[in-house]
Amino acid sequence: MKILLMGNPNVGKSVVFSRLTEVHVIVSNYPGTTVGYTQGSMKLGDKRVEVIDVPGTYTLEPTTEAEEVALRMLDSGDIVINVVNATNLERNLYLTLQLLERKIPVVVALNMWDDTKHRGIHIDVDKLRQLLGVPIIPTVATTGQGIKELVESISQATSPDIPPHSREERWAAIGNITDQVQHITHRHHTRLERIADASAKPLGGTALAIGVLAGSFLAVRAIGEGLINYVLDPLFNRLWAPIILRLSGSLGEGSLPHHILIGKVTSGEVNFIESFGLLTTGLYIPFAVVLPYIIPFYLVLGLLEDTGYLPRLAVLMDTIMHRLGLHGYAIIPTMLGLGCNVPAILATRILESKRERFIAATLISIAIPCAASQAMIFGLVGARGGQYVAIVYGTLFAVWLTLGVILNRVVKGFSPELLIEIPPYRLPSRRAVLRKLWMRIRGFLREAIPIILGAVAVINILYAFGIFNAVVNFAAPVVTSILGLPKEAVTAIAIGFLRKDVALGMLAPLALTTKQLIIGSVVLSTFFPCIATFVVLLRELKVTNMLKSVGIMITAALIVGGILNLVL
Amino acid sequence: MPKRKQITLRQMQPGQSGIVFQIQGGHGLINRLNALGIRPGQKIIKTGSTLMRGPVTIKVGNAQVAIGFGMANKIIVELV
Repeated sequence: MKILLMGNPNVGKSVVFSRLTEVHVIVSNYPGTTVGYTQGSMKLGDKRVEVIDVPGTYTLEPTTEAEEVALRMLDSGDIVINVVNATNLERNLYLTLQLLERKIPVVVALNMWDDTKHRGIHIDVDKLRQLLGVPIIPTVATTGQGIKELVESISQATSPDIPPHSREERWAAIGNITDQVQHITHRHHTRLERIADASAKPLGGTALAIGVLAGSFLAVRAIGEGLINYVLDPLFNRLWAPIILRLSGSLGEGSLPHHILIGKVTSGEVNFIESFGLLTTGLYIPFAVVLPYIIPFYLVLGLLEDTGYLPRLAVLMDTIMHRLGLHGYAIIPTMLGLGCNVPAILATRILESKRERFIAATLISIAIPCAASQAMIFGLVGARGGQYVAIVYGTLFAVWLTLGVILNRVVKGFSPELLIEIPPYRLPSRRAVLRKLWMRIRGFLREAIPIILGAVAVINILYAFGIFNAVVNFAAPVVTSILGLPKEAVTAIAIGFLRKDVALGMLAPLALTTKQLIIGSVVLSTFFPCIATFVVLLRELKVTNMLKSVGIMITAALIVGGILNLVL
Repeated sequence: MPKRKQITLRQMQPGQSGIVFQIQGGHGLINRLNALGIRPGQKIIKTGSTLMRGPVTIKVGNAQVAIGFGMANKIIVELV
């Protein structure tokens, strides 16, 4: 048996899902957090049944890719748990009525029940049950209230089998229902709502956005540096380095195992960035360079997501994003891309048209460096001076803008306008923020570390057998003449296909000038997606568009690298 | 002549409220707006606008919705 969780976007389906299945999924306070579907299972009586967290949809007449996914899933389900936002009953009931017109048993979870009290909304649940003819359970998914009752009611799910209605008939029926069951009393604005009002004003909004983004960046930087300087570097240098040196002695420098595990050791000291062994650089990059930035980045992102600030940023950015052939909501995948491009490209599903998705995915892959790349850029370029980091970021930003304007001119079709629901501000719960942070850190550890170690191993084996020389000599003319990089940088660019952080790390032992380091960082960020991004681009854009997108990336990287080589 | 003044959503001042009278757009636009509860006969309050032809925000029911500038131009509202 298959139970589907369906409802409008941002009503808490994923929270209900986590409660039912104990499978934890990313939940946030903006419509469109769930763009794919998540599967789990729960115990019902003595059987295990499948539960599916379906992306949010306002209607069964789909208007976005995510809504199409929802509609397709509906045909495969046996029971629907329709999660409804109790504070916005009228709008939510539209989907409920559409579901009741289908011949599928339905249970309604009247979620965010606690919020109705603050908002002076009174709902007569018994009356609603009578009128709709299906079980109605008030729930507060974030605290777990009503979940037990919801599970018990699943066996009573029914299909009242109402005939199909026209749009007008549905709204008339809904008006009739809400008149009978809902009663709203006056109440005062809460403090959060007053902040919300201020941030909706154009000037206040811009000032707030600049403050929030600058504050976020500084916080990530400060926490990241603090973790590196006070925790991870001391750990590696004082505890790990002596062990490595002892191992180095027993393996013997020059042996193949030494080459692969430890790499280069110069005059009795380990340089964790440059040695390039599995146990040195292979562990140092993920744990001591990238992880210290992953932690604060996802902490700050989680807070932005859960407060409900991101949709407001989308409204503010709308005018600029239109110049790039997108609308304001594309800022959400873009922000996710600063963490990792893979979920960012998946999140482009919240955009309505193929054209927008192509532009957004291409811009993200080219100009939005992931947290791992950024951590390496901070480490390598930052060591030469903060102004050079600013040049790298400034260049990437300029590429993002210029390429967006060009794509908007060149790509056929037009982009639809922004139309989004803005959720109320909420105070993020500490538990929820920390849980999400942990899920993302665990995701990084599980997915990135095997590839990082694999990349370091591949590099060492290819070097040991001299295979790189052939590649280097083949591509060297382009790299040296256009980009002004030494020919050894070719191998770094090639490894960029596996992991950008490792590839950037490969620039470290090359003794590059600052100019070359800047060009190398920009080219590695823009040139080609890493393998994980490549796979998701292929899946989301399909072969032809993915090839186009990659062609644009390579061209853009060569042009930008060439320009930097001329002007710096 | 209609009894009440009809203007577009874009022309409304923040703080003004009105009833949606008509949506001058194709099936796609009507469908998308309808899904968010924006339909003829629905009461709305304009809550804000942004600079440089940016989106306008309205309150519909208990939800706040941001609508692109061009779309806002196609929504005719009767002031109340």
